[in-house]
Amino acid sequence: MVLAGAVDTDALRRVGEWARPVALAGEQLLAVPDPLRDLLPEGGLRRGSTVTVEGGPGATSLALALGAAASVAGSWVAGVNLPSLGLLAAAELGVALERVVMVGGVDPRTWPAVVAALLDAVDLVWVGLPPRIRPGDARRLAARARERGSVLVTLDPWSPRPVGSAGSGTASWPVGADVRLRLVAWPAWVGFAGSGAGRLEARRVEVVAGGRGASARERRLDLWLPGPDGRVAPCSPRSLSPEQSLGRSMRQRTGRGSGGTGKRGAEE
Amino acid sequence: MTATRGKAPVRTLVAWCPDWPVVAAGRAGGAAVAVMGTEPGMRGRVLACSEPARAQGVRRGMRRREAEGRCPGLDVLAADPDGEARAFEAVVAAVASLTPRVEVLRPGSVALPTRGPSRYFGGDQALVDRASALADAALEGRARCRVGVADGLFAAILAARRGVVVEPGASAAFLAPLAVAVLAHADPPAGSPELIDLFRRLGLRCLGDVAAVPSATLAGRFGPLGARVSRLCRGLDDRPPRPQVPPPDLTVAAEVDPPATQVETAAFVARRLATELGEHLAVRGLACARVCIEAETEHGETLARRWRTEGLVLASALGDRVRWQLDGWCHRSPGQRPSGGITLLRLVPEEVTADRGRQLGFWGEASAADERAARGIARLQGLLGPEAVTVPQRRGGRSPGEQVVLVAAHTAGNGEDQAGEFVLAPWPGRLPVPAPSLVHAVAWSAEVVSAGGEEVDVSAQGLVSAGPDRVSLAGGPWCQVRSWAGPWPMDERWWDPATHRRRACIQVVTAGGEAHLLALSGGRWVLEATYD
Repeated sequence: MVLAGAVDTDALRRVGEWARPVALAGEQLLAVPDPLRDLLPEGGLRRGSTVTVEGGPGATSLALALGAAASVAGSWVAGVNLPSLGLLAAAELGVALERVVMVGGVDPRTWPAVVAALLDAVDLVWVGLPPRIRPGDARRLAARARERGSVLVTLDPWSPRPVGSAGSGTASWPVGADVRLRLVAWPAWVGFAGSGAGRLEARRVEVVAGGRGASARERRLDLWLPGPDGRVAPCSPRSLSPEQSLGRSMRQRTGRGSGGTGKRGAEE
Repeated sequence: MTATRGKAPVRTLVAWCPDWPVVAAGRAGGAAVAVMGTEPGMRGRVLACSEPARAQGVRRGMRRREAEGRCPGLDVLAADPDGEARAFEAVVAAVASLTPRVEVLRPGSVALPTRGPSRYFGGDQALVDRASALADAALEGRARCRVGVADGLFAAILAARRGVVVEPGASAAFLAPLAVAVLAHADPPAGSPELIDLFRRLGLRCLGDVAAVPSATLAGRFGPLGARVSRLCRGLDDRPPRPQVPPPDLTVAAEVDPPATQVETAAFVARRLATELGEHLAVRGLACARVCIEAETEHGETLARRWRTEGLVLASALGDRVRWQLDGWCHRSPGQRPSGGITLLRLVPEEVTADRGRQLGFWGEASAADERAARGIARLQGLLGPEAVTVPQRRGGRSPGEQVVLVAAHTAGNGEDQAGEFVLAPWPGRLPVPAPSLVHAVAWSAEVVSAGGEEVDVSAQGLVSAGPDRVSLAGGPWCQVRSWAGPWPMDERWWDPATHRRRACIQVVTAGGEAHLLALSGGRWVLEATYD
């Protein structure tokens, strides 16, 4: 069979990765979208780890983006107690919605049992934190994730009135997490043209990754989250617009040849 | 018109016990007894009577007063259909030893196709002798059973009443001289008293007369009933007997002694039961698509749930499901949870089908991850109830909350793309990419004011009255608006007054860097979504 025109080897390689069996023996990483690989010491989420996502605007998008590549590759993703999660945004970030399960209305008493059951069933669990978590429960869930090889991602979605059940800053994971992702810089939205013209197009955020073990060394990364196509895209620190940033990263990649695995352009 | 239309009537044997309701009531002795009907149509009328009562003029269908008038001292009983059926079961079982394909027409009457058994036992007469001997043995002298054989069910019923064997092909000749009143004995009855009376008045006194009338004429005058009567009178079967394949009783049960107070103990018993059930099914080459798990506690509380088990390894799947079911039961609110240990577990297979094996797809088959997820979903449904576990489904729509909705997981297939048909429709006015990452489940109220402090409004032309300057979300403090975009006016379902909705959305970024989607509808601003 003769393929006409230029073959997009990058796309072919990506399809090949997706079509692989979900977990090869000894494969201990869940894939993350390429722009997020630099945040994690191994370039992916280590199975069995606990990830906390904290901070200001962008935290929910970042948590959703963590599940994107894994769900495309065949892993199932579940969300607990996240009634407001924007699943359309999740789809735009690359999450395969046909492998997403949402469990809602879980009262704090049965919450640990439900999360534990989901850790048995799926590869990545987004957990909306209840206002209070006993450290014992948190430790048990982390141990469950480690035993089952699933990834627990905790987040505390923004709420306009942080009272009672949920709200930013009121709840946190009481024990140390393997990876802590935090959004620090004040987000900068682009796309406005003043006095009502334009629209939200892309947001530049800065993510700081820390944690334990291999993740202990702090890593900082500028990202377009979401980028102009809704996906997460890499961003060089001084770029002003997503187009400019993407152009630069494309040039970097071609300049470095095939060895440049760090920053890839967003998928056009 | 001859028997060329349709298949030849099936040669059938009918065993008939006269006056079965009386026999079943244990009153077949010498007394005059009448059983009164209880069902509509026969309520308060004689359903059956004993021989002495008949000798004094009591007839089926008679009113009670009239029957008592003809036969003073008549003993009147109420019909008991359940008891009649129960008592007849012994006769059915005896006849079923000849062939398993027996059909109970009604309590007191049973039919079977004779083709196989006649050859085996050496002819129709030998089969009749054997059947009546078996039936009489089962009746233990309480009554006599009459047996007859003929081509077609209707002829066989009438042959049984006369205790004769009609030669093959002679059914029409056998029926011809019989009075039209016997149409009432067909199963189901073909002749109402009015119809039989009408036939008599038309001069059609016996079945042969009716058979001589062209079928089309009868059908034209009496509709489908006329066509059926015509076929019956000409000795053509109107239906073959329905062979009753006995459903295999594959229920397995185990008593738990001492009562199991731990879920795991019960699950262990269930695993053994499931293995046993799987062996029973395998021996018969059957598969089970649905199993009902019934549990009973020492205080008599029961919980039964049905589980789909299609394509699962029965032993482990049922062990898990028993555990989930009991787990869910034990975690209910105090009034509804079981008060004692489990004493009885029963697995009732439902929807048993021939096992055709399970063929996995070559491309895109369910992976191990899919099966693990499906098991987990089933487990959570047992724990939280089926509605608590939801999966996203894409729908068409304009606002972010409409484009993906959550549906209960058990209504959607697992792992399938559930894209609805309107997803790709253009939806003019749809909000542009990127979508907000939080779509608030509760509609938070919001206030949007301009620099002058007036409430921002959107005109019918889709223009804002003034640029938003400050917003207050959910009654919180005022935040400065750094930049904003919009509005996006939406006029949805204008053709339906009940669901018509006019809205306008704006995007705002506050001084804190938070981006929100605010919607104005009916003069009120609400916080619809947040770009978190």
